[in-house]
Amino acid sequence: MDIMSNLALGFSIALSPYTLMLAVAGCFLGTIIGALPGLGPSNGVAILIPITFTLGLDATSALVLMTSVYYGAMYGGRISSILLNIPGDEPALMTTLDGYPMAKAGRAGDALVLSGFASFYGALFATIGLMFLAPLLSRVAYQFGQAEYFALYLLAFCTLGGMASNNQAKSAIAACIGLGIAMIGYDSRGMPRLTGGNLHLFDGIDFLVAIVGLFAIAEVFFFIESHGKKSSIGVKLDKVRIPWKDIYATRWTMFRSSVVGFIAGILPGAGASLGSFLAYMSEKSIAGKDGGFGKGAIKGVAAPEAGNNAAAGGALVPMLTLGVPGSGTTAVLLALLMTLNITPGPTLFTDRPEVVWGLIASLLIANFVLLLMNVPMVKIFVKVLMVPPWILLPGVTMVSFVGIYSLSGSYFDLLLMVGFGVLGYVLRKLDIPTVPVILGILLGGHMEDALRNAMVISGGDFMYLFSSPIAIGLWIAAIVGFVAPMFLRRFLKKPQAVTD
Amino acid sequence: MASDRIFGLVVAVVALAYIAGATQIQTSFLSDPVGPKTFPIMIGTVAALAATFMVLKPDPEPNWPVLRTFGALFFAVVVLVLYAFSLKPMGFIIPTAITAAVLSYQIKPQFAKAALSGVGLSIGLFILFKFALDLGLIGFPKSWTS
Repeated sequence: MDIMSNLALGFSIALSPYTLMLAVAGCFLGTIIGALPGLGPSNGVAILIPITFTLGLDATSALVLMTSVYYGAMYGGRISSILLNIPGDEPALMTTLDGYPMAKAGRAGDALVLSGFASFYGALFATIGLMFLAPLLSRVAYQFGQAEYFALYLLAFCTLGGMASNNQAKSAIAACIGLGIAMIGYDSRGMPRLTGGNLHLFDGIDFLVAIVGLFAIAEVFFFIESHGKKSSIGVKLDKVRIPWKDIYATRWTMFRSSVVGFIAGILPGAGASLGSFLAYMSEKSIAGKDGGFGKGAIKGVAAPEAGNNAAAGGALVPMLTLGVPGSGTTAVLLALLMTLNITPGPTLFTDRPEVVWGLIASLLIANFVLLLMNVPMVKIFVKVLMVPPWILLPGVTMVSFVGIYSLSGSYFDLLLMVGFGVLGYVLRKLDIPTVPVILGILLGGHMEDALRNAMVISGGDFMYLFSSPIAIGLWIAAIVGFVAPMFLRRFLKKPQAVTD
Repeated sequence: MASDRIFGLVVAVVALAYIAGATQIQTSFLSDPVGPKTFPIMIGTVAALAATFMVLKPDPEPNWPVLRTFGALFFAVVVLVLYAFSLKPMGFIIPTAITAAVLSYQIKPQFAKAALSGVGLSIGLFILFKFALDLGLIGFPKSWTS
């Protein structure tokens, strides 16, 4: 009954008034971030990290706060999908397909509550799955040596790159940009590299600067380009009540979608968008032509929300056990862990059980808090949609500047951040995914060290990289993950690139 | 078409320069079989190959904004760069109000609303950061207060 005693430890941390308060605050902020169109979970978490860091929170508290924001944003994304027909974040894209028609048919309240409940179901399923699967996987990860880690990092780039863009060459370029940036500054043996003699660059480029620039600042440029055009709420939202009948009718849809989403989330690089997409598509094919999908079907509202929230939890599994994020937002959370000097990986579960189990217990609590916020209190968040972009986006910019400025107090980092914003704008325009860039900056150093250490062990024999069954399996998975989407694209035609 | 080709070329040139830069890295006395050069050179090579592919097989042209919008974006970048330089000597409140107002005006060109959101955001965020979150921000230039 390992899990029980661990959970008891977790709850003893999570139920302390201070941690509980952070979880509630995180859920509230997260739902707002998710609900606002143009401020997705990765943006939201990214701009909050520097602030969290300067607040001097301890590791567990910071992690609880930010994962609550993450879960909250996943819940909140559906609100603007349903009411505005604009996804609040990318995983919520599929929810527009049936959520908006349902709202237009006069059932906006029912759609919000049903999808809120589906989010709860998916997220709770995934949190429990995380609780059981993560310790098991961390035991497997103990077998990993340097060669396996190198292959694992490669796998993350290949699957993420394969899924994130419609063009593998562009994903590869994105990954190389990130890896190339990660090489700047001192290497692990203390040699300065590629700094061009610039003193500011000797310590390397802070990944938080890159993340906030690529996500938040680039978003501002997109809003300037579009002049913040957005539609107003075109549907009427009257009294919110709980549609028990619909919840009962979609119980198996929620279950199947949670399973599909959770598995999609665990795959490195796949993320929540894929989870909601697969959940929606499989339910659509189960329902057949008479299912009314696309016209406001209740199953079409429940499936993607259960799927994307389950995937959000699933994506935490590889992030915590292997240090390899499963999505853009978990990449940002990985950045948070690194800032806090926590090394994710199998040893995290034995060395810092209070962090892992405190986090899991907080996520369980956060789910119930979020259910309360997203069902009886959903009208509060609907008001948030009224914040006009001409206030919101300048606000996001200012928070980004203050966050980065308070990290180092250096104007150089701010200039870099603006530079990354421009880069992010150009990359997104050219349909080059930005998430592999982030992943490259985060994992570049580790990936190189894995390679160098493996070569020290083997005395420079490159065949050592393929010397164990696990390593070979990972190499094959990496190649399949990179190549397969080229052929599957015809069947899995994505509405747009995955950036969650 | 053209955008992908140009970007591919730029990446290819940068990748080659990167490789050239990597060959100049000094090897430390704690030498290992791979050394500090190999991995950067590998990255540069992959980038150059992928960039070549992008030049040869470009995707359809993206929707670039009209020239005027480009001007607006360029202006926004200039304002943000100036903001980065002014934050330390000028304090938080004045540069923030101006920058926020300019960005707001660029999203919705209405002078009164932009000015309002600039001043509101500047003061609101200053109170939030300084007093609620206890970050070490300076409100006004030091010469004013001393």
